[in-house]
Amino acid sequence: MCLTQHFWGYFIPGLANGFLYALIALGYTLVYGVLQLINFAHSEVFMSGGFGGLFVVNWLIGDKHPGGFASVWYVVVGIVAGAICGGIAAFILERVAYRPLRRRNAPKLAFLISAIGMSYFLLSLAGKEFGRDARTVKAAFTMTPSKPLFTISGAPVTVYDAVIAIAAIAMLVMLDRLVNVTRLGQGIRAVAQDADTASLMGVDINRVIAQTFIVGGLLGGAAGFLFGMGTAGVSYGMGFTPGLKAFTAAVLGGIGNIRGAMLGGLLLGVIENLSLPCFGANWVDVVSFYILVLVLLVRPTGILGERLGRSA
Amino acid sequence: MTTTTEPAPTGLGRVRSLVADDRVRKLFGCLLGSLVVALMTGPSGSLNAPTAGFTGSLFSGRVVVFLFLGFALWGAIVGRDAIAPEINRGTAALQRFNVFRNQRTRYPAYAGLLVVAIVLPHMLSNFWQEVAVDQIGVYILLAIGLNVVVGFAGLLDLGYIAFYAIGAYSSAYWTGSLPIKPPHIFNPFVTIIFAVLAAMVAGVILGAPTLRLRGDYLAIVTLGFGEIITIYANNLQSVTGGAQGPPKPVPHFSVDLIGIHYKWRIGNLPYYYLLLAFVVVILVMFRCLENSRVGRAWTAIREDEVAAEASGVNTYKYKLLAFAIGASTSGFAGVLFASKIQAITPLSFLLQQSILVLVLVIFGGMGSLPGAVVGAAVIQWLPNGLRTYIKQEDLFLYLGALLVVMMIYRPQGVVPSRRRSRELAMTEAGLGGPDAMSQPVGEKP
Repeated sequence: MCLTQHFWGYFIPGLANGFLYALIALGYTLVYGVLQLINFAHSEVFMSGGFGGLFVVNWLIGDKHPGGFASVWYVVVGIVAGAICGGIAAFILERVAYRPLRRRNAPKLAFLISAIGMSYFLLSLAGKEFGRDARTVKAAFTMTPSKPLFTISGAPVTVYDAVIAIAAIAMLVMLDRLVNVTRLGQGIRAVAQDADTASLMGVDINRVIAQTFIVGGLLGGAAGFLFGMGTAGVSYGMGFTPGLKAFTAAVLGGIGNIRGAMLGGLLLGVIENLSLPCFGANWVDVVSFYILVLVLLVRPTGILGERLGRSA
Repeated sequence: MTTTTEPAPTGLGRVRSLVADDRVRKLFGCLLGSLVVALMTGPSGSLNAPTAGFTGSLFSGRVVVFLFLGFALWGAIVGRDAIAPEINRGTAALQRFNVFRNQRTRYPAYAGLLVVAIVLPHMLSNFWQEVAVDQIGVYILLAIGLNVVVGFAGLLDLGYIAFYAIGAYSSAYWTGSLPIKPPHIFNPFVTIIFAVLAAMVAGVILGAPTLRLRGDYLAIVTLGFGEIITIYANNLQSVTGGAQGPPKPVPHFSVDLIGIHYKWRIGNLPYYYLLLAFVVVILVMFRCLENSRVGRAWTAIREDEVAAEASGVNTYKYKLLAFAIGASTSGFAGVLFASKIQAITPLSFLLQQSILVLVLVIFGGMGSLPGAVVGAAVIQWLPNGLRTYIKQEDLFLYLGALLVVMMIYRPQGVVPSRRRSRELAMTEAGLGGPDAMSQPVGEKP
């Protein structure tokens, strides 16, 4: 059986991927919660974060070979820069592609088309302005698998995996608190449950929607930078495949359900990586597609169920 | 007359009231838009000089020109708003001269267009003939098919080109061009049947689980499917020939029946007329379909899915039917494309093409058959006409922007279907909806 050998060796990078999917999936699920729409341009929000982090960190690192505390500093700066760029991109996206249509009470089809248009616009703009080749973020730390941080039953855990896990867990906890405790979170949940009633209760729907986009954009942008640190690097088309998979993750966990998105992301990342030795690298992207179709066939509400508005 | 006038706003309040003014907002919008266009048409940057594109487009003399153009646009919009009633009356009066609306002149007008379509290619250079076949003709066929899905049934299909690929590869298989050999080698004309069937079956397999759910799930599933198809075409080396495509070229069409022997060759014109004939036949078929029981069912589903279901329309069946018809039209176009081009590769079936076809339909007008034709002709002609100004790799920058602009300012398209534009107006007034994106019956939101 292809799974028995090197189980942990595939499990750990899968988990790291899963954390990234979870971060992106949250962007889909949050927006789906308040608008009941798939945000097709979320993958470009992710890409913006990747570019933002790339430029800031590469400029800061210069010719240095950082280590120790400086590495932590660069990673944190990169995540913050990526998150800010992602947030800005999501804000602009909402302003340009969604708000004019919402004001006009346009049909759902129009939102989807305008989002896909925006997605292609941003993608091509990045390609035009930053060139069409991939570029990796300069190494802020040693990330070769030959020098692992520690090993689990012989399987190496690289610094990269650890960085992703720590950063993602921190962000996921922050988001969970944000949605469940703060006033903004209350607004998001209220709008997700029933937008009309929320507006009667004095919730400024437009504001909440914009803020939801920004929160999703912050997470997506941070994920973009974390992804860009990996071997694939940052490029104008980097968002498409992770975006599609993250959406699958959101559906897998139950769209609109925040903890569902986290669970779905981790599950998808692990399943996908465990299938790697069985099917080979060429077919990895196919696996997530079949998972999506299978979920829609068997349990369209996802593992934890759709819970628009009840985020806990 | 009441004299309780508000005190004149000062400071921030004044700025706020200024910003709230519709005309000021439009001015900002126009100027920002002109800056975006300046950026789009400006020089490109690279990873080593990521700001070069921005500075070259926004901090140079040309930005003045664009700002001026934006200002002029704002003037035109404000001026148009001021005399909107007169303009509307004028265009309404002009409608009397619209030969396509008048029952008596409609058919002569169509006949005239047909004559133009027959004569025109003889006056074109070889380059434009090729554009007319490879890029316009085939895409008109694709756009008409997608129009059934997006326009008639109100579903979003983002992997439309996958069915095109299925059609092309089926044709390649049955003509013996793929590494894997068929039981019998057929004439390309005969393979149309197999290809259409294959595409239709793929459409049903994909649509059956998805169409029971929310409409937007279809969009993402088809998006994924479009990507999967290229992965299959690339990786199944022994079946599809991999990234290089089928090892043997797909043969040209030929007729070898009782007494008639004709072979289509490399030239463009024979294919042009073949395509023209198919397009006309399919247009007539879809026009009949639109006005049939099926077409009315689609309209009902679009406008109010719950009411349609309650009136006994099997919404699932009709949505699946629309999806399958769209898929098979795409498969059909794939056969024509494969036979014309001969050497197909997975690169001919990228996701971008699906988006391109969507742009054609949206630009022309959802649900409007003439719109699909006009959209395909204009959008496919423009990049070739402007090829000295627009870089091929920047094409989707413009198409993406066009999608957004169309959705914001003219969702009904440039040649709108009357019914569809009325539906859009009604939705905006809060009545019904022109798509099939609502919750399926029986499922709580």
